[in-house]
Amino acid sequence: MLNPDLVGRTIVGVSSTQISEEAIAIFASALGHHGHTAADAAPPTFGITLTLSESQTLLQGSGLDWNRVVHGDQRFEIFQPLYAGMILSCNCTVESARAVAGNEIVTVRSDLISEEQTVVSSWSTLVFRG
Amino acid sequence: MTTHPLGQDFAVGQELPARVFIINRECLTQYANASGDQNPIHQDEAFAKSVGLENVIAHGMFTMGLVGHYVSQIAGGNSQVREFSARFIKPVIVPAERDVELKVHATVVEIHSETIRLEITATCEHTKVLGMAKALIGVIHQ
Repeated sequence: MLNPDLVGRTIVGVSSTQISEEAIAIFASALGHHGHTAADAAPPTFGITLTLSESQTLLQGSGLDWNRVVHGDQRFEIFQPLYAGMILSCNCTVESARAVAGNEIVTVRSDLISEEQTVVSSWSTLVFRG
Repeated sequence: MTTHPLGQDFAVGQELPARVFIINRECLTQYANASGDQNPIHQDEAFAKSVGLENVIAHGMFTMGLVGHYVSQIAGGNSQVREFSARFIKPVIVPAERDVELKVHATVVEIHSETIRLEITATCEHTKVLGMAKALIGVIHQ
């Protein structure tokens, strides 16, 4: 069952990750974009590689079953495009959690921070199928 | 008229050229490795069926990523994409033995001073797989 205290649960990223050129190139290539160079920004959805694992950490111990999760919707606001070499940390908050028709629907907001500025905000709605 | 960095003119209501992407199991494995999302529903047919799915399904973010590639190309580069959102309304089912086609096209719905907004349609086997898919991309006035 859904933990009623879930909404508002937050983690503030203490560890930082430096984005590697290779990680961007592999991600771009998996989307059919070959020939990505270091001068190119990361694909607009690249932030998910950082935010989804943080969301999983955020929801640990919530009783939600990751084997039953599907992605409901996703939104990105990109204030600064991501480039290789940027050092990012991630802050995550559960913005909403509700039960609908036997499913549990959780929206997590994740902010990617570089040099104290939010560069990308991401909202992921995850549906835990009942 | 608003002119794009690559010199293309945009008008509200304009439909932009469609593009077809091929999706198969190999693509999903590549995307799983590239993204770190190793949920077995995207790679393991027996597992997918055991949790009540018809078959292996594509990562929603893989489908959205392909659409993102399409949007970036219209925008003249990844760096021009300011907002991007989609709802995953139907799974993209990926059988083992064949490719699945994802057809993507966009319509210009708003033109602002430095940006344009696109509405995007993504269909797989004649079924819409994304809802409310939108992107805001940068443009340059001339």
